[in-house]
Amino acid sequence: MYRVLNAGGAGRRRVSDQVSYDDVEVGTELAAVSYPATRLSLVKYCGASGDFNVIHWNERIAKAVGLPDVIAHGMLTMAQAGRFVTDWAGLKATVVDFGVRFSSPVVVPDDDVGASITVSGQVEEKLDGQRVALALTARSADTKVLTRARAVVRLP
Amino acid sequence: MAINPDFLGKTFPPGPPYEISRVKLAEFADAIGDPNPVYRDRSAAVEAGFPDVIAPPTFPIVVGMASSARALADPGLNLNYAMVVHGEQRFSYVRPLHAGDVVTAEVTISDIRDVGRNSTMTTTTRISTVDGEHVCTAYSTLVERGGAA
Repeated sequence: MYRVLNAGGAGRRRVSDQVSYDDVEVGTELAAVSYPATRLSLVKYCGASGDFNVIHWNERIAKAVGLPDVIAHGMLTMAQAGRFVTDWAGLKATVVDFGVRFSSPVVVPDDDVGASITVSGQVEEKLDGQRVALALTARSADTKVLTRARAVVRLP
Repeated sequence: MAINPDFLGKTFPPGPPYEISRVKLAEFADAIGDPNPVYRDRSAAVEAGFPDVIAPPTFPIVVGMASSARALADPGLNLNYAMVVHGEQRFSYVRPLHAGDVVTAEVTISDIRDVGRNSTMTTTTRISTVDGEHVCTAYSTLVERGGAA
C-alpha cells in the first residue's frame, strides 16, 4: 500500500534540493503527477480530518442523494494539489496563498484501484517578496475536478 | 428549504483552544498520502527553517472544523448536510502552522446566496494563536445541492 501511495513524483525530500526564486521562469510547465484515492484513503481522511459526511463513505446514501457513487472529500483533492506544489517548491518554501474551485466530484469506486487524481501546473507569475504564483489543474477520469486553482509560494 | 439568510454576517465565538501536536500532523500527512519529512520529522523541519514540524497547507481546515461544525449544526441555519458539497476553498497564510501552536478559529458566515437550484454559503474562518497572532484565514464555500429548489 505504501508503494501505491507513493506512485507519484518523488518530490524534493532534502533541504539541499531546493528551487530558488532566481531560477524560476514564468511559463515553465510543471510535469503532471498522478495520485491515487481509494475507499481506504477516504476512510483515513474522514478520521484524520473529522469530516464524516456520509457521502464520503456510504454508497447507499451517496446514491440516494443523487451522486454516482461515493465521492472524495474536496479537501483530499486539494491536499493532492498542495502536495504537488510543495514537492515542486522544496522544503524551505512556504505557501502563502492557496485557492481552488471544486468543479466536479472525484468519484471513488469500491475496488482496489480507486480513483486517480492527476495534477499539473505552470509558473504563472513572479511576484515581489520572493513569491511565485502557480496555476494548477487537476483531473480525474478525464474530468476537470479543480478549476481556478492557484497557489502562491515564497521561495528562498 | 433554503439556507436561512438571517445567518449572513453572523460570527460564531471561537471554541476551546486547539493544540497542534506532532502526532496529529503526522496522522493528517499520512491520511493525505504525503511523505514530506517536514510534516513528521522535527529535525528535517528545523533544518528547513521551521521551529518544529509544520502542518500541510490544507490542515487549517481541521482546526476550523470544530468551530464550523458548530455553525453548520445550528438548526436555525437549515442546512441539509447530506446535500452539501464543497464548492470553493482558499487559504491565506501568514505563516505555516506548526506543532506546539495553540490556536482558536472564529467563523463568520460571509455570504449566502442562491445559484440556480442550489444554495451556497461562504464562511470566513480566522485562525489565531491564543496569544493573538493571526496565522491563517480560510474561506470555504459550501454548496447545498437543490437547496434553492
